[in-house]
Amino acid sequence: MFHYLEKTLASQVVAPTRRTFLKLSAGAVGGLLIGGGVAPIRDAQASTPAEAFVQPFVHITPDNQVTVIVKHLDMGQGSANGLATLVADELDADLSQLSVQHAPSNPNVYKNLLFGVQGTGGSTAIANSFEQYRQAGAAAKAMIVQAAAERWGVEPGTITVSAGTVSGGGNSATLGELASAAAEQPVPETVSLKAPEQWVYIGKETQRLDLPVKTQGSVGLFGIDLQQADALTAVTLRPPRFGATVASVDDGSARAVDGVVEVLQTPAGVVVVAQNMWSAMQGRTALEVTWDETNAEMRGTDELAAEFSALLDQPGNAAPARGDAAGKLASAATVIEADYSFPYLNHGQMEPLNATVMFDGEKAEFWFGSQIQTLDHNVAAAVLGIDFPNVSINTMFAGGSFGRRATPDAHLTAEAAMVVKAWFDATGEARPIKLVFTREDDMASGYFRPMHMHRVRAGVDENGMISGWEHRVVGQGIMIGTPFEAFTVKDGVDHSSVEGAADTTYDLPDFALDTHHPTVGIPVLWWRAVGHTHTAFVMETMMDELAEAAGIDPVAFRLNHLTSDARLAGVLREAADRVGPAPDGTHRGIAVHKSFNTYVAEIADVRLREDGTVKVEQVTCAIDCGVAVNPDNIRAQVEGGLGFGLSAVLREEITLTDGQVDQLNYPDYPPLRISDMPTVDVHIVASAEAPTGVGEPATPPIGPAVANAIYRATGQRIRSLPLTKHGLA
Amino acid sequence: MTRIILNGTETDLDVSPDMPLLWALRDSLQMTGTKFGCGVAFCGACTVHIDGIPARACQTYIGDIEGAEVTTIEGVSSPEAQAIQAAWVELQVPQCGYCQSGQIMSASALLKETPKPTDEDIDFAMDGNLCRCATYARIRKAIHRAAEILEA
Repeated sequence: MFHYLEKTLASQVVAPTRRTFLKLSAGAVGGLLIGGGVAPIRDAQASTPAEAFVQPFVHITPDNQVTVIVKHLDMGQGSANGLATLVADELDADLSQLSVQHAPSNPNVYKNLLFGVQGTGGSTAIANSFEQYRQAGAAAKAMIVQAAAERWGVEPGTITVSAGTVSGGGNSATLGELASAAAEQPVPETVSLKAPEQWVYIGKETQRLDLPVKTQGSVGLFGIDLQQADALTAVTLRPPRFGATVASVDDGSARAVDGVVEVLQTPAGVVVVAQNMWSAMQGRTALEVTWDETNAEMRGTDELAAEFSALLDQPGNAAPARGDAAGKLASAATVIEADYSFPYLNHGQMEPLNATVMFDGEKAEFWFGSQIQTLDHNVAAAVLGIDFPNVSINTMFAGGSFGRRATPDAHLTAEAAMVVKAWFDATGEARPIKLVFTREDDMASGYFRPMHMHRVRAGVDENGMISGWEHRVVGQGIMIGTPFEAFTVKDGVDHSSVEGAADTTYDLPDFALDTHHPTVGIPVLWWRAVGHTHTAFVMETMMDELAEAAGIDPVAFRLNHLTSDARLAGVLREAADRVGPAPDGTHRGIAVHKSFNTYVAEIADVRLREDGTVKVEQVTCAIDCGVAVNPDNIRAQVEGGLGFGLSAVLREEITLTDGQVDQLNYPDYPPLRISDMPTVDVHIVASAEAPTGVGEPATPPIGPAVANAIYRATGQRIRSLPLTKHGLA
Repeated sequence: MTRIILNGTETDLDVSPDMPLLWALRDSLQMTGTKFGCGVAFCGACTVHIDGIPARACQTYIGDIEGAEVTTIEGVSSPEAQAIQAAWVELQVPQCGYCQSGQIMSASALLKETPKPTDEDIDFAMDGNLCRCATYARIRKAIHRAAEILEA
C-alpha cells in the first residue's frame, strides 16, 4: 500500500520540521529487543553498554549479542527477521547470537528509502532495505576485521569470519570480544558486498527469530500488553454516525463506576479513563451522551449503491487512454459488458488499535505499533504543542495491520495525544494512559476498504484477440482529501482506485478508463493490496469471460496477451505447469496479477457442497518476487495473503443503515476459519532480480481464481462480492 | 475475594465477581499472554484451560470459578503443550502471533483429548480460534506434527 507515495511524503509532510530531525541521536534506541535465544526479550533502554559496538543498524555487545535495529514495523510479515538476515549474512554472524529490535523514530536514519520518511507499507520493507542492511552488515564486519588485525598484528586480508567466529594468524575471537575495539574503527566509506554464491543465510530456510516468544504468550511484544506502573486505561464512546459530534454529556453514572478515574472529551468522542479496561468499558456503558448529527453522514450502503450505480452511466474523469477503444468495440466480433460491485471491508487485525502515551507537559513518549513513524511523530508534536525532539516513539510489534495502522491522518496518534493532553490539563499528573479500541470500536469506526463499482465493456475479434476495452470505476478515492492527494490523484483519477487496471500489462492497445470518486463521509483506507483487491477481480474474471468468448483456453488466452510482460507470463506458465490434477469433483479457476512489483498466479480447485456453498480445496501458486531472501517466509506470506483475500471473498462485508455501521464485532463479520482454509502449494520462481515485496501480492488473485472456478461449477458469473450474496458461502 | 488455582498456584483475586477472567488476568495480575480479541467469545484469542477444558476467558466470570484450576499460556506445560509449541516453531506457524496463545491452548487441549486427531477433529476443535494472518494451513500441519512428536 501507499507505494504511490514513493519519494513524495518527504517534501509534503516533513520539510517544515526537517531541521529538528537532525537534533535526534542516531544511536538512541527504544523499545523491546527480541531473539537471541536465551534472553528473548529485554528492555534495551537499560542495555547497550558504553563499550558496545553501536551503529545505526547493528549493535554488538561484549556479551556477544548482535542486535539488528529494524526500521520497519513488524506486523507479522516477518520483515524484522528479513532485515536481520541481511545483516547477519554480510556480517557472518551466527544466527544464535542474533536479536532484532524496532528502531526509534528518526527519519534521518531510518527512513524508508522509497518514501523519504520512516514508514512501512506497499510491501517495500525488503525491497528498500536489501542494499542498505547488507551494507550495514558488511561495514560492521570490516570494522571487526580491522580491529582483529590490529590486535593480532596480522593483515586484514588474512582474517576470516564465519558463523560469528573471527579467525586469523592462529588466533580466534567472537564478535563480542572484538566489539569494543571495532567501535573505535572508522566506518568504511565503501564496502563490497558478497556475490550471491557467497550468501550463507539469504535464500536459505532460516527460522524466524520472533517465533519462539510468539508460542509462549508474546509477553512484552504488543502495545496492548504494555505494563507500566501507574498506568491508566482509556476507552472512547464514539458517535454512532460519521461526522457527528458531542452535543451533551451526563457522566454522573460513569464516574460512579468503581475504578473510573476521569471522564474527558476529545473530537473523537467522550473518553472514560479508568484503573483497568473492565472499569473503563463499564464506565463507557454508563455514559449518557447526545450527539449533534448536523454534519453527519446519514446515507446507508443501499443509498450509496444506487448513487454509485447511476454514476456508472455517466462519463467520469479520464485516465490517459490508448488507441481507439470505442471504435474497436464497434467492430468487435463479440462484446461483453459487465458491472461489478465490491463492499466496504474492515481490516479486523486481531490486536485492536491501541496506543500508550506518557506526557508531562513538555515531553511525550509513545508506545504502539506505529506504521508511519514520521507522520505519527509530526502529528503527536502538533497535537501536544511541543517540538519534534520532545516526542519519542517506541514501535511495538503489531498484532496484524493489513493497512489499518498506517493512516494518512494519523488519527490514532492524534486521539491518544488528545486524551493524554486533556488528562494532563485536567489533573496536572504525568501518567501513562493506554487508549484501547474495543473490537466494536475497531470494526465500526471506519477506515474501511472503500466500496467500489466497475463497468467494463470489452470485445474480442475473430482471431481471438481483445478488441477494445472500456472501463469505468466508481468509489471513494483513498488519497482524496489527504496530504498525498497532489501526488496520487491525477486529472481527477485516484491511482489507488485504478491500480491493477489502468496500468495492466496485458496487451490492450485500445483501452480507455475513467473514474468517479463520490464524496462520502465514511473514512476509507488502504486494505492489504489496496486497489488491486477489486481491480484484479474485474480484470481476471473478465479475461476468463473473454477467453471463453474467443473459444480459447484461459491460460493460452492470457499468454496471447502477455507478450510484453515476461515475468507475469512466467508465473502463469509456472503455476500451470506445476499444478497437479484437480481433486475429484472439484472445479478449477485461474488468475494472475502483478502488484507491488511482484507477480503471482493462483489456481483454485473448488468444490460445491451439497448445500450449495463452496469449499476452496486447494490453491496452487507461483510467485516471482526476485531474489527470495527467506523462501519459507515467502510461502507463509502467500498462504496467509491468499487466506486473507479468501476471507473477504467468502463472507466479509461492511454495510451501513441510515449512516450507522451494521457490523459491530466478528459474529457480524465472520473472518476465515480453519475449516475454510485450502491446502496451499507455493512455487517460487528462481530469480536474480532485485527482491520485491510479498506481504500483499498473493491477496488479489484468489478472488478471481475462485470466481472463475465457480463459473466452471455452476455456469454463474460472479460479479459482486462477498459470495454470501449468492448463497455460495 | 475469589480463590483460584492459577498455573498451579493458589491465587486470590480481589476483584468484582462480575469481572471477566480475561481482565483479571491482564489488568489485575499483569499476565498478558491471554489476549483480548473480541470480548464476545467468538475469536478464541483469550482461550485458557479451566479444569483442563478450553474456555474463553472474556466470557468467564470470576464469581463462577471459585476453586477452579486455571491454566494460561504462561503456565501451560503439559507434554501436549510442549509438543505443540515445538511443532509451532518447527513449522514456523505464527506470523503476527497475536492469536497464537489461544491457538496453542486449544490445540494442546485437543491433543490431550484426541492424541491422533484427523483433519475433521482439528476443524472441530480449532474452528473457534480466528487467525487473521490465516496461518491455518500451518496450524493444521503442526498439530499433526505435534501428535507425531508425542507418539515418538
